[in-house]
Amino acid sequence: MALLVSTTINGDHVEFACEPDETLLDALRNRVGLTGVKEGCGTGDCGACSVQIDGRLVCSCLVLGAEAEGREIETVEGMADGATLHPLQQKFLEHAALQCGVCTPGFLIAAKALLEKNPDPSEEEIRFGLAGNLCRCTGYDKIVRAVQDAAKEMRGA
Amino acid sequence: MEYTAPETVKAAVALLAKAKGSAYVLAGGSDLLVRMKGGFIEPDLVVDIKRIKAMREVKKTATGFSIGAAVPCAALGENKALVKAWPGVVEAANLIGSKQIQGRCTITGNLCNAGPAADSVPALVAAGAKAVIQGPKGKRVVPVEQVPVGPGKTSLKKGELVESIQLPARKPRSGDAYLRFIPRSEMDIAVVSAGVNLSLDAKGVVTDARVSLGAVAPTVLLVPAAAKALIGSKLDDAALEKLGAAASAACRPIDDKRGTIEFRTKVAAVLAKRAAKIAYARAGGK
Repeated sequence: MALLVSTTINGDHVEFACEPDETLLDALRNRVGLTGVKEGCGTGDCGACSVQIDGRLVCSCLVLGAEAEGREIETVEGMADGATLHPLQQKFLEHAALQCGVCTPGFLIAAKALLEKNPDPSEEEIRFGLAGNLCRCTGYDKIVRAVQDAAKEMRGA
Repeated sequence: MEYTAPETVKAAVALLAKAKGSAYVLAGGSDLLVRMKGGFIEPDLVVDIKRIKAMREVKKTATGFSIGAAVPCAALGENKALVKAWPGVVEAANLIGSKQIQGRCTITGNLCNAGPAADSVPALVAAGAKAVIQGPKGKRVVPVEQVPVGPGKTSLKKGELVESIQLPARKPRSGDAYLRFIPRSEMDIAVVSAGVNLSLDAKGVVTDARVSLGAVAPTVLLVPAAAKALIGSKLDDAALEKLGAAASAACRPIDDKRGTIEFRTKVAAVLAKRAAKIAYARAGGK
């Protein structure tokens, strides 16, 4: 029997119906239409499905849709302010920190969560902070540079 | 499958106790959902405990700390008092998986998943942590090392669930540490691990100690002989050698692609010695 879930996604009140064993990842993509969240491994290893729930970074493939009841969820779709990209998004473009792009929404959310806790991370802290996100294209270096540059801009430095 | 999210421990126990088919507790889901999606289990009932307020809190109590069963490991690292008192426990909890996993996973789940290589469990065993278990017959409190009984198996009976993990109050001049060996720098499962917790007298002599090992037996081991090697010493080389020998002697590991029996047995001694040195320094020993 489908469950009715009432939640907040990127600041908007959203209701969706989902099966009890349906993941939040599937609910976001197939019920709500937020396809920025990607399925990579489906077992919490690759981070492509990263979202924030009540501010905390999680893999949406390891969350049930039903758990979203009353929570606040943030996805990549909520990062830009209208036509103005989030500094992380802008710096990923400028540094060419993506090729195929499948991992990018997860990296952006993970990097956003990292900078919220630590506005001035070292390279090592960035690499550890993003260790749960796999990219098979870039070799990570451009991603790290983009995050460093975005962090600098966001600090107003 | 039925999903339910009760708001009290009593209601959770009642749901688990009366469940007809297979019933599972959901905290962080980082083990449960993987097993569900992999087809290893097909739950009839999933009881989500994250709506139970008491289970979402870390509390400083008269007897130490109480960590609710639904508290994610990331929250442990954000609790300054806990980090100060039990740095080894917190560092072990914050070695599990990625930031994403740490945002969900819990030390209670790590304990109840009963994996021999669970990172937080050796640290909890060394710390002398206790599990508060609620069930149809009321509450019981057991040392954490009595919860796992084999890979994937626990001593919990039908209807029972762990409500919280209790860490004791800190004596002065105490310290703990946890180390694991993995072939990469992060995001891996321990091939061998060791936890050490000790207290010193005013002269820096170890007065009591607990040593634990992970991934070298079907369950995490408490190794009293290894602790005994430290007590009465200032962690001189002779004491460390005895500690290492006792740690190796306690190992009953498997041989698999992640590590051979010989490797695990040898590295258990190395990690126990290194963890002891860190714990000793944290306790103020020189």
